[in-house]
Amino acid sequence: MVSAVFHSPTQAMLDAKSAVKPVGAAPAEAKPVPPAAPAPSLKPPYDWPALGMKVFPPLIGIALLIGIWALLTMKSTTFPTPAATFAEAVKVFSDPFYSKGPNDQGIGWNILFSLERVALGFGMAALVGIPLGFMIGRFEVLSRMVSPLISLLRPVSPLAWLPIGLLVFKAANPAAIWTIFICSIWPMIINTAVGVQRVPADYLNVARVLNLSEWKVFTKILFPAVLPYMLTGVRLSVSTAWLVIVAAEMLTGGVGIGFWVWDEWNNLNVQHILIAIFVIGVVGLLLEQLLVSVAKRFTYDEV
Amino acid sequence: MNNFIEVQHADMVFSTRKGRFHALRDINLTVAKGEFVTLIGHSGCGKSTLLNLIAGLTTPTEGTLLCDNREIAAPGPERAVVFQNHSLLPWLTCIENVQLAVERVFGAKESKAQLVARAKAALALVGMDHALTKRPHEISGGMKQRVGIARALAMEPKVLLLDEPFGALDALTRAHLQDELLKIVARTQSTTVMVTHDVDEAVLLSDRIVMMTNGPAATIGEILTVELERPRNRVELAEDSRYVHCRKEVLDFLYTRHGRIDKQAA
Repeated sequence: MVSAVFHSPTQAMLDAKSAVKPVGAAPAEAKPVPPAAPAPSLKPPYDWPALGMKVFPPLIGIALLIGIWALLTMKSTTFPTPAATFAEAVKVFSDPFYSKGPNDQGIGWNILFSLERVALGFGMAALVGIPLGFMIGRFEVLSRMVSPLISLLRPVSPLAWLPIGLLVFKAANPAAIWTIFICSIWPMIINTAVGVQRVPADYLNVARVLNLSEWKVFTKILFPAVLPYMLTGVRLSVSTAWLVIVAAEMLTGGVGIGFWVWDEWNNLNVQHILIAIFVIGVVGLLLEQLLVSVAKRFTYDEV
Repeated sequence: MNNFIEVQHADMVFSTRKGRFHALRDINLTVAKGEFVTLIGHSGCGKSTLLNLIAGLTTPTEGTLLCDNREIAAPGPERAVVFQNHSLLPWLTCIENVQLAVERVFGAKESKAQLVARAKAALALVGMDHALTKRPHEISGGMKQRVGIARALAMEPKVLLLDEPFGALDALTRAHLQDELLKIVARTQSTTVMVTHDVDEAVLLSDRIVMMTNGPAATIGEILTVELERPRNRVELAEDSRYVHCRKEVLDFLYTRHGRIDKQAA
């Protein structure tokens, strides 16, 4: 489940690089205007084919999925058809925030409760993991001390941590948050540490020649240089946290999207399960996109 | 006065994974105040290592280095370095990069406005006052190197150390920046040590050219004094017999007597 943790941040850097074009290069690309041209149109013609290429293939992909789903469920009595699921989804989303007792609440509440757990567990993981990553990156002794432990603990399945949480906290909700915490801390520690270790030696030499104070080194050199790596870690952590919450909630219960899936399985309400899967996917996608956009904002070109 | 920078019997041995590497052997060099000295040699001869020793970025295995009669133990703003690849911080604008240096040196004594004025003056000196708020990725390679020089000059260093500052630039930009550097050094009267692998650059800029033998265990082979009066003009010098002679001397050292030995034995 956490196999993507040691994802190299270079891809993120590449993405960002292609997004930030050097301004100085612009004049070289300007096309010479043919002298015989009539009054030049101010706007270049819109690139419709490129837009079509962006819009249609994804739509075809989705249509294909729904088509296959519809074909396969035509004669099925147990598995709902796309149309039935869609009708149910409209019903579910028309009243997302009802509350009829602890085990029957609207999907809006379920999502919000899950997000709250993720926010708590992930927030604490960030508070612990990022400073820890900085220290591991900065001090080699610490790095050598901790890295075998990290290698040992990182691949452990999230659910293996749940009993420990239940034992220590004696309650389901803190145990779920604990599970999120322990699973989402690794990418942040590792990426921050790697980022610190990869701060170009030149920048640190600059700091030495300028004789900068430790505080200035941190704020002006270390932190900005590590930020893209750190944000990659954060992004991976959030994705992991969102993966883990569903599983943890299935086991711990309470209000949450994971528990909702399990509850609807017990009710044999397959439409709701399908809706839940879709919702989980969309929320995960939104979280990821949010952090990608933040990361782009803070990634600088190596010059 | 006469020996502002002194390098006495400096040896540099690096411990690498493959064992010890003897980079520099018994370097003795003095640089007078206001003098322009270039270090020239084939790549791998340890000229950058020697510059790093003077900068204080590395400490010698043996021997001592003095600057203004004080031992060089660590880098400091009185010995400003212009790095080979400019090393501007990409998240700061040009003026912020320079200000970082200015604040450290003059921050305690001067007001914010004075510091900004200093940074602007340094950028104006290298002709970069039009791009104060640009970030490094928005300006060309030559401009970046100018900002790097401005950052060094803004600290009003006693010594200016340049590590192949124009190596990555095209020939025209390089010539232009060499001329700028000549003017700046004439104006600021700073003591300058520059690493280069460009013979013309060495002859044009220096008072003395320090020629280094091939590594490992490189040392100073010869020191050539360039007796050309300043200001120097590259076009006029091109036919000057003393210029041609100096150029010939350096070329002779580099290619005839100490030609690059490709590792046949190894």
